[in-house]
Amino acid sequence: MQITVASGKGGTGKTTVAVNLALSLLGLKPVQFLDCDVEEPNAHIFLKPRIERTRSVEKLLPEVDGALCDQCGACADACEFNAIAVIGTKVLVYDELCHGCGLCRMVCPTEAIHEIPHELGVIESGTVREFPFSQGRLNVGEAMATPIIHELKKEVISDSVVVVDAPPGTGCPTIAALHGADLALLVTEPTPFGLHDLNAAVGVARTLEVPTAVILNRAGIGDNRVEDYCQQEGIPIVMKVPFDREIASLYSAGIPLVDAVPSWKERFGVLYRKAQSFSQNAGSSVASDLASDEQKRRRQAATLQEGSKRRDP
Amino acid sequence: MKSILFLSGKGGTGKTSLAGAFAFLATEKVLVDCDVDAANLHLLLDPEVVTEGEFEGSKEAVKDPERCTSCGKCRQVCRFLAIDEDFVIDPYLCEGCGACAYVCPVDAITLSPRESGHWVTATTRLGPLASAELYPGEETSGKLVMLVKQKAGELGKRVKAERLIIDGAPGIGCPVIASASGTNAVILVTEPSLSGLHDLKRILGVVQHFRIPAYLVINKADLSEEMSRKIEAFAATQDLRVLGRIPYDRTVTTQMVAGKSAVEDTESPAGAAMRRIFECFTEAFNDRR
Repeated sequence: MQITVASGKGGTGKTTVAVNLALSLLGLKPVQFLDCDVEEPNAHIFLKPRIERTRSVEKLLPEVDGALCDQCGACADACEFNAIAVIGTKVLVYDELCHGCGLCRMVCPTEAIHEIPHELGVIESGTVREFPFSQGRLNVGEAMATPIIHELKKEVISDSVVVVDAPPGTGCPTIAALHGADLALLVTEPTPFGLHDLNAAVGVARTLEVPTAVILNRAGIGDNRVEDYCQQEGIPIVMKVPFDREIASLYSAGIPLVDAVPSWKERFGVLYRKAQSFSQNAGSSVASDLASDEQKRRRQAATLQEGSKRRDP
Repeated sequence: MKSILFLSGKGGTGKTSLAGAFAFLATEKVLVDCDVDAANLHLLLDPEVVTEGEFEGSKEAVKDPERCTSCGKCRQVCRFLAIDEDFVIDPYLCEGCGACAYVCPVDAITLSPRESGHWVTATTRLGPLASAELYPGEETSGKLVMLVKQKAGELGKRVKAERLIIDGAPGIGCPVIASASGTNAVILVTEPSLSGLHDLKRILGVVQHFRIPAYLVINKADLSEEMSRKIEAFAATQDLRVLGRIPYDRTVTTQMVAGKSAVEDTESPAGAAMRRIFECFTEAFNDRR
């Protein structure tokens, strides 16, 4: 079972939920932790893993052999990302725009293009208190987080409870982290920003047809609109964490809540059981709704359009 | 026209709250929301839309199942694992590169543009705004950020603005790098936690990589005096000027609920700190010029 902890807005408490959920299952379930927030991976601060293996994630960048190139421009015409251009007698490659798809090499009539690997970041794997841990880390100055997340997802051990800490937002890195999840736990806070971004995150989870539940963090600081929204949309709120200076100071020092306050271990255990039963029920109803993959995809496309019209400016 | 960008690395440290304060305090400005994944600045501004449009950021491969002979060439060349064993294209994994369409021997695949987001320009109670939102699950956030900045630049020329006040995205990746290019100053907003410091180091690396003058603000500083000091000590080693500390203050949230910035509440301790930070920044930035 893969539980992805996500949020539209940053800083709502994803890492806190993911870390404590994983630790609360220690000794009860086989657990695996994946930190997919590869731009700013923070779970290691709390879990203090022993990193045993590091591997590089690369994309392939085109390199042009000037002796073979006749500046025909086929590569530049084919590239959808404007990552390669012919200027005078030179061909320029814009590394940060290149997706590494290889099309330029395919279309080059003189076979002047070959590809060289370029490191985007690394995957670090190891153990935390006997359970497997992996995290991705985007190199500073690199723009593309998604390929690292896809690579990281290959580490998933089936038959484990895989807790995934997702990056904030609603774009491609978030999608990559949510892909294949059995449940999305969306963490939010009861403020207008929290509500606005929760709505966007719910849109993402729905387009991917991942069953969704909400965790309300810093409960009590703002207004009731998040709770009203969840009720309207039929999304269960499975946990509320109050704003509390003690929780904030434990967070600040990198100490997991369940280690410092044992009663939270029980509460996160309850959260897991809720998550498990909820994803099973939701999963079976989704499966019976959808006759075929093709139908599923058409529905996804329709939901996406509907979702986009509903957005406020 | 000078642009001032708010970044943080870690999310939820208070970028938008501080950008909202600057929006209230600065004169002759255009407000810009470059956090296209989770655009929130408008929630403090009561905007009225002036112009808007769809953003076609990327394309996606669409297959005509009638023509497809299931030869599998497309799947062999796709580097994004977007084509499954039944040769169905996953729109969320497809990056729209067109390699599959190129190799398809029966022309069963075409690239079709997709609406990836929506941009607006608006008048607001605190000045003109350019903002955009990416639709759920779309990728080209960097391109959309560039488009918002372009709209903001045009708007700025028209109203003869002196400053662009830009709210950025969390993280260090694509939308952040797009928002940072060509910016005159970056204000980094952090919080006193190990995570805040860890993420600050990474975002500072990006800002230094692009050689942009940077300033630091520590938000909710009193939640950990110890970490606030550590962050200040780190800033000193990096020649990173600390503009000030903002205390944890519930009026920031109550003001947000009312659609306002904390500086609009004259009793708010956080609001008072934000005012001082604005003055300190203005002075430092003018000296630099």
